Amino acid sequence: MSDTHAQTVAFVRDTQLPPSPPPASEVGLVGWLRGNLFNGVWGTVLTLLSLYAIYAILASALPWLFNGVWTTKSLAECREVLDGVRGGCFSVLTERVHQLLYGFKYPASEYWRANLALVLLLVAALPVLIYTLPRKMLIITALYPFVAFWLIWGGTILTPLLALVGFVAGYFVFQKLSTSSFAAGFFGAVIAAILVWTIGGWLIPDNANANAMLRYVPSRDLGGFMLNMMLGVTCVSLSIPLGIVLALGRQSDMPIIKWICVVFIEFVRGVPLITLLFVASVMLAYFFPPNSTVDLFLRVVIMITMFSAAYIAEVIRGGLAALPRGQYEAADSLGLDYPQAMRLIILPQALKISIPGIVNVAVGLFKDTTLVSVISMFDLVGMIRGPILSAQEWNGVYWELLGFASLLFFVVCYGISQYSQWLERQLATDHR
Amino acid sequence: MTTMTDPPQESFRVSMLINDTRYRSYTFQFIALLALVVSIAYLMSNMFANLRDQGLFLSWAFLGEPAGYDINQRLIEYNSQMTHWRATLVGVLNTLLVAFLACVSATVLGVIAGVLRLSNNWLVSKLMSAYVEAFRNVPVLIWIIIIFTIMTAVMPAPRAFRGDEPDAAMLFGLFAFTNRGVYVPAPILGNPLFGSAAMGWLLIVLGLVGSFFGAKALSAWANAKQELTGERPTTWYITLAIWFVPLLVLLTIMGLSWNVPALKGFNFAGGLTIRGSLIALWFALAIYTGAFIAENVRAGIQAISKGQTEAAASLGLRPGRIMNLVILPQALRVIIPPLISQYLNITKNSSLAIAVGYMDITGTLGGITLNQTGRAIECVLLLMLFYLTISLLISAVMNVYNNSVKLKER
Repeated sequence: MSDTHAQTVAFVRDTQLPPSPPPASEVGLVGWLRGNLFNGVWGTVLTLLSLYAIYAILASALPWLFNGVWTTKSLAECREVLDGVRGGCFSVLTERVHQLLYGFKYPASEYWRANLALVLLLVAALPVLIYTLPRKMLIITALYPFVAFWLIWGGTILTPLLALVGFVAGYFVFQKLSTSSFAAGFFGAVIAAILVWTIGGWLIPDNANANAMLRYVPSRDLGGFMLNMMLGVTCVSLSIPLGIVLALGRQSDMPIIKWICVVFIEFVRGVPLITLLFVASVMLAYFFPPNSTVDLFLRVVIMITMFSAAYIAEVIRGGLAALPRGQYEAADSLGLDYPQAMRLIILPQALKISIPGIVNVAVGLFKDTTLVSVISMFDLVGMIRGPILSAQEWNGVYWELLGFASLLFFVVCYGISQYSQWLERQLATDHR
Repeated sequence: MTTMTDPPQESFRVSMLINDTRYRSYTFQFIALLALVVSIAYLMSNMFANLRDQGLFLSWAFLGEPAGYDINQRLIEYNSQMTHWRATLVGVLNTLLVAFLACVSATVLGVIAGVLRLSNNWLVSKLMSAYVEAFRNVPVLIWIIIIFTIMTAVMPAPRAFRGDEPDAAMLFGLFAFTNRGVYVPAPILGNPLFGSAAMGWLLIVLGLVGSFFGAKALSAWANAKQELTGERPTTWYITLAIWFVPLLVLLTIMGLSWNVPALKGFNFAGGLTIRGSLIALWFALAIYTGAFIAENVRAGIQAISKGQTEAAASLGLRPGRIMNLVILPQALRVIIPPLISQYLNITKNSSLAIAVGYMDITGTLGGITLNQTGRAIECVLLLMLFYLTISLLISAVMNVYNNSVKLKER
């Protein structure tokens, strides 16, 4: 039998064949194109449709962008210069750039103050944004609100100085008393600060704003993109501590405190921001003592802060709920009391988990600051829809202005969300 | 022999209200409650003092007074002689209309964009990323204004349609896009059963509901048969018949005709008018929220493990069916909760109607009625109550649905 086998097998390969190269249609440029762009009938159709969409957008946008006129004084002049050729009238931006950025009432001689406040904001934000910088730099951040207030509103330096002294007094009292109990330190600090502010309020003369170093600018003169930035930054930074308090309150074992927080959060989240702004513009005045006037800017800040605090509270509640139960139990078993456990164990972890959510809320809030144009504040959108588009010479310049506004918001919001993704990667301490 | 010692019976001392953790929470709650009551009382007393100074008192009587303003986009009968309450009702229906339209279109747009963003097609997925990023990072108010500008400043005026060689033409001779709104043909029942046209439309809706249940019963029967015999009966033509035969019969009996808009003088007459403000709000909310929904859909799909796709592919399913039968049903569980909050956002953002003059409840009750009557507190409270009710209702309904699709764990 074995003989027959030996005779029928004429050839036995004893080495392995080298792998043959992949078909030409699967590799290189052709392969990539087939895999990614012309993958089947549907893929091809989609690709062609997308190509057409891109072509249509570029074909109308590029000439508009590159033929644009930047130096005329009115839309009519723009049309003369363009003479029927398709092109944008960007001169509205160059002529009205100050109105778009600072509003139409902010004194032109004081623009440098707003610019300086913006630059200082970036400096002050750095130690918060990049946590590898030396912690000492946080002092700049702590001082920033007072400096910015003085720079933007001007007037006497005594007001922000007094506010600062009040906070410093509160801080020292807290340091002294909190060794025995957190509650004692907290309430002591509040009382000390209020004491300083009340006494200081008597000492500052009424006419202090009259001949101050920086000219006093009332809040109703603020406007443009500066107003959006100010509302966004102020409300987000105020609402984070408030949101933490609300979130902790909602998690609390104490039913009354819990229900106060739940009702507040659900109420605010259930109504649109516009109704809260209506409250600020027409209703809040009723709740202040008769004959007192509270600035519209402050009323709007109060309402937007409450609004975003409710959303941030929900984000942080998610972070708190995501922490394993063991963390709470470990803190308890170490003998930490509630404030210590929260400050040292729970919140650092919960806040870290909540960062993407908080950034989402912050970006959403920054976009929502455009809503103040509805209650006739002249922010960027309010400026465009109000003074600029109704001006004789620029009536009808829509796309340049709206495009500029979109671009400003896009740059800021996209930048913030990219930062948050970077921070998330930096803070990821779990297994990768 | 064991001796039991009772723990020492501590008697309650006042200092324990602060020092003993068992009682301290009562102290805190008492302080919180006291602070709340005191501050509410303070605000209320301020409010009543301020109202007294202005000679006003809280009263809802203004809702019964004639409104005196017109609303050009309305779902129910209304004229300026009717009361503020009627105007509010028109506003409520307009809010619900735009919210419903925007929710449906945003969902369709978001699902398509979310799925396409994960497509193998490089160009398409990049284009969808650009769409999502561009729309998510620009305020919705700006988008509303942009689309409103297109509707009012770019569209031709009705007089552009006039003359022998008009500058603009109607689409298919049926639709007219003008800067005063979009005119579309209106269906008219020439011979409605039970007298009124409203009853006729109700009958048609009932017929459609009947067809829905009929089609459902048919597919259940086909499923049962498939389980029993392994062969699925061909049902698509029966389904088509169930949907369309009753509808066509009803429409023929009631004499459906179309009222096509036509140019009369300087404006279009006949047909349905959809105002530019409604379209601006609807499209802007749909496109803006669609970008967010696309992100939710993408996250939901990516949450389904790759093994599911591979398992389905190894069963021989085609890519389209893998998506429809295997991935999307599972991804829905992840997608639905954020989708609920997007619907809530649409409803709340529809209040931006006031920026383009669409008369939703914010425009009627919170806008003109408030300004005319000066009843700020009553109007804003009523407005908040409405939105709060809608928000709670939507989340309740969607939570029921969410519970019905979520994993039944044992």
